[in-house]
Amino acid sequence: MTDVAAIPVLDLTTASSGTLLRRRIMAHRGLLIGTGLLTLIVMVALLAPLIAPHDPYAQDLSRRMIPPIWYEKGSWAHLLGTDNLGRDYLSRVLYGSQISLLIGAAVMVISGLIGTVLGLAAGFFGGRVDMIVTFVITVRLALPLILVALAVVATVGGSLWVVILVLGLLKWDRFAVVMRAATQQVRVLDYVAAAEAAGASTLRVIVGEVLPNLLPQLVVVATVEAASAILLEAALSFLGLGVQPPLPSWGLMIAEAKTYMFFSFWLIAIPGTALAVLVFAVNMVGDGIRDVSAPGGRG
Amino acid sequence: MLIYALKRLGLAVLVAVVVSALAFLLLRASGDVAIALAGEGARSEDIENIRRIFGLDRPLIVQYLEWAAKMARGDFGTSLFFKTDVHALVLEKLPTTALLALFSLIFALAVSLPLGILAALYPNSWIDRLCLALAVIGQALPSFFFALILMIVFAVMLRLLPVSGSDSWAHFVLPTVVLGYYIAPAIMRLVRAGMIEVLASDYVRTARAKGLSSTSVVLKHALRNALVPVVALSAVQLGFLLGGSVVIETVFALDGLGYLAFQSITHKDLPVTQAIVTLLSLLYVGLTLAADLANAWLDPRIRVGSGS
Repeated sequence: MTDVAAIPVLDLTTASSGTLLRRRIMAHRGLLIGTGLLTLIVMVALLAPLIAPHDPYAQDLSRRMIPPIWYEKGSWAHLLGTDNLGRDYLSRVLYGSQISLLIGAAVMVISGLIGTVLGLAAGFFGGRVDMIVTFVITVRLALPLILVALAVVATVGGSLWVVILVLGLLKWDRFAVVMRAATQQVRVLDYVAAAEAAGASTLRVIVGEVLPNLLPQLVVVATVEAASAILLEAALSFLGLGVQPPLPSWGLMIAEAKTYMFFSFWLIAIPGTALAVLVFAVNMVGDGIRDVSAPGGRG
Repeated sequence: MLIYALKRLGLAVLVAVVVSALAFLLLRASGDVAIALAGEGARSEDIENIRRIFGLDRPLIVQYLEWAAKMARGDFGTSLFFKTDVHALVLEKLPTTALLALFSLIFALAVSLPLGILAALYPNSWIDRLCLALAVIGQALPSFFFALILMIVFAVMLRLLPVSGSDSWAHFVLPTVVLGYYIAPAIMRLVRAGMIEVLASDYVRTARAKGLSSTSVVLKHALRNALVPVVALSAVQLGFLLGGSVVIETVFALDGLGYLAFQSITHKDLPVTQAIVTLLSLLYVGLTLAADLANAWLDPRIRVGSGS
């Protein structure tokens, strides 16, 4: 039997909606864990120059392939060991967070802008606009994302900004699909009609009335897309057609360590774990926001 | 049904035309083919010559139409790197990738159908939690990293399976598991959500009230209806598998279309890249068309709603 006394009683008469939301957020373990991890990684990225024990690019061939500290041959000078060029692995992993976070955020902004504008327009105006946008989305979905991204990066030349632009220009489809459906639902609500009746301009209705009510959905898609952009950059860099050496991209670090992975597993395990933890944190934040913003909770 | 099918078909053809044009333009626009063809250190006269010989100096629309007409006739050109007929090359690699995609889909369905049904029957039980954990891990773990871990464990430490290559059935096991694992959570969630909804519906209650066995209710009455969205998703996922095979085939050096695509991209072998991108796009268009038609057949409401 559940202990009835243990169930928190919410005082609905005095608690404001803001207080209720705050209580829901504090009660959501996944959201707290995700936010905590993500904050930690952002701090690491910002403070990398201060906390990294070594220069992530400094090679020392006399100190190659030192294993991490928990191995017998580990050294306190290099807590996570060194790579095949004698670069301090901890410093490289710390700096690598900057690349992944930048990719996630920048791709999210570019694709979010494109997708939101398309989705809002399609959902708000309907008719012919909706038909055209739906067609554009269908065409985009038919193009194999990874292949096109690889091919374009290969011909243009790989660099951090090329990867960001290519992914940003390709990955707007989910934003468009979700924003279109959500706009269609909000469009018919009374307050939109009221704003239109009051003589508000179309742009004002969209930006002032429709968009703010879609923010929860927008944020959820944004986290999903940021996580997927981070994984895609890692995959592109792993295949050698993304961020170029000597940048410490986690995907690139795994590619560089692949030759040695059978004898020095930690060389791929460390950047791989870093990637997984970051993507996990972003996903937890997204799932948490979805749960907290939808009163019904998880379906 | 016929009107609906024709409408869907017309749309698919239109998408196919635009997609093939995009695939052509995108790859053409992102670099100068003539310079790539001429190779490093070529003189400018050589590049001009190549431009004339390959017809690269004509308007793009003419080049596209000629290329599309050739593609339609099965003439995909000659590979710049492999120096063989692209059509033959693609046909040679296609079965490997098709098999891999099919195996992965079967593996994913074999895992996600039972788990999804059980999770729906016992919400918040340990099996539901296990499904959630599998999905969360799958979402966070980079596929190539997961592939490398499996390679180390099963090929190097346990010596059960080959590390890479494509000579035998055993070579397909690890790529199948990796690719299948990445599409399983989406199917699992859809099965779970669909089953929970259907199990709460009136006709399932009626079936139970009639005294039908619970297995019969779950499998015959509920599952059939919960499967409708799964069919659509599976088709879309098959398209994703074909694209995702680029990374996985390259990691395992599995000699299929994905690996060929990767090789053609790194060697700037434009005819091969274009052929594969176009082929995969058209396959996706065909698969979504097939899924929509299958859905309309499974659920008459769809074809009535859109056909009228």
